[in-house]
Amino acid sequence: MFAMRPCKERYREFSRRPNAERNAVHQRQSSSLMKTQVHLRTLVKQALPWVVPISLLIAWQWASSAGILPSRFLPAPRAVLRSFFELSASGELWLHVRVSTLRAVAGFGVGGGLGLLLGLLTGSLRWAETLLDTTIQMVRNIPPLALIPLVILWFGIDESAKLFLVALGVFFPVYINTFHGIRSVDRGLLEMGRTYGLSGWPLYREIILPGALPSILVGVRFSLGLMWVILIVAETISARSGIGYMTMNAREFMQTDVMVVGILLYAILGKLADLLAKGLERYWLRWNPAYQTGR
Amino acid sequence: MSAEKQRCSRGVSVAIRNVSIAFDGRTVLKSFDIEISAGEFVAIVGRSGCGKSTLLRSVVGLETPQSGTITLGDVAASNTNDKPDVRVMFQDSRLLPWRRILPNVMLGLEPALIPQARRVLAQVGLAERANDWPATLSGGQRQRVALARALVHDPNLLLLDEPLGSLDALTRIEMQQLIEDVWRSRGFTAMLVTHDVAEAVSLADRVILIEGGRVALDEVVNIPRPRTRGSARFAALEERILGHVLQRRPVF
Repeated sequence: MFAMRPCKERYREFSRRPNAERNAVHQRQSSSLMKTQVHLRTLVKQALPWVVPISLLIAWQWASSAGILPSRFLPAPRAVLRSFFELSASGELWLHVRVSTLRAVAGFGVGGGLGLLLGLLTGSLRWAETLLDTTIQMVRNIPPLALIPLVILWFGIDESAKLFLVALGVFFPVYINTFHGIRSVDRGLLEMGRTYGLSGWPLYREIILPGALPSILVGVRFSLGLMWVILIVAETISARSGIGYMTMNAREFMQTDVMVVGILLYAILGKLADLLAKGLERYWLRWNPAYQTGR
Repeated sequence: MSAEKQRCSRGVSVAIRNVSIAFDGRTVLKSFDIEISAGEFVAIVGRSGCGKSTLLRSVVGLETPQSGTITLGDVAASNTNDKPDVRVMFQDSRLLPWRRILPNVMLGLEPALIPQARRVLAQVGLAERANDWPATLSGGQRQRVALARALVHDPNLLLLDEPLGSLDALTRIEMQQLIEDVWRSRGFTAMLVTHDVAEAVSLADRVILIEGGRVALDEVVNIPRPRTRGSARFAALEERILGHVLQRRPVF
């Protein structure tokens, strides 16, 4: 990576020059027309990703109002929006969102925390790897959702059942990526650190942890996605509150609009979690040119 | 002659006696002997894989010889406690990409030494880059930061493991000048491993050629500093050493 940098910089300098010449020519012609063109181009560029979803939404609304799409299959977007505002005004929606978010955060905290700790342990100490890694790799191949019957038997349909499932699901991505991150820290940097008298915690803090961080964050992002998937299934099977419960409850009464609200909420919450993880990457990995803003 | 006096006080002598190192049964150094006096600048040249990097790594304690002793001053190199201060400059700068330049120079130091780190950074001409990320620096600038990081510890012995190998020709000459200047002003002992015979002749008091894990040539460079590459003595010496490297002529 380092060897590549000067080359890249030189190339950028080189490619900048003809650009500047081109701009000068344009300025002589007409700068205001040029500016509007640039504005228009960036506007189109920003709007482009939204063309498909908005067209779909329009088609959906049209199909519903024309009677092609019966509301017991899929409600009209307007009906979904109306039921969203009703649920939100009554406070019911926020109760469910809060409960689900708390479950997700608690499960992620427990599972991700344990994954991080064990990953650091097995990544750093050979004997810990020999002792634990085989077991963890075996358990990893069991889908957490396959444990639902047992989990209901152990915990009932209590909070702890959902916490256990989410924690189990997010544990493995964090564990594996932490382990991998520690193991792939640049040997040269470790050697350099040792010749500068670093060992133990200072070596860990200065070199091993920051070196493993990109990989750890990949694990975090991956497990944030998994967190919602597992929570949805857990909540639809056994719960007395939460978004999954709200959705399943609506099915009993054929309230398709509420069901769609629940599904869309998961999409939004999932996106928010991903944005958070991206933000962490941007901040913690700002030294890395690949994560710098504006790229 | 105050510089001369300082040189003697700062530098440490290096004695490598009867050292043998082998990897997986392949002998890299056999019964290797050299003595370097305090404050001396020694260049070690040789073909790739002749064991010159291994020699440096064993002096800093990154490799353990199977037999023989390495002593720095009067302390064994394996003694990590009261060993003299030894710093290494590697071929790649090995800066921490997640630390800005000043914290990189400060690696392993107390925060109280920030002014000293800034001073050394200014000495290598990078004072204004203190708050930049290493990724934004050029290869030559990164090596200068690596030099600053080594110098801020005020080492007794500086090991240079082909530190200029990956730089372009102009930057390399600049860096050679810089290294010679700090060596003259600080008086540490220096061991430079290099492929470049001209670099060895222009910097070192003594050029040692390693061949087949042994010293094949030990040549004192008697050219007064500052040395100019164009001079006849310089060219003659460079030619002679290069001849040894290329022809593998029996020396003894």
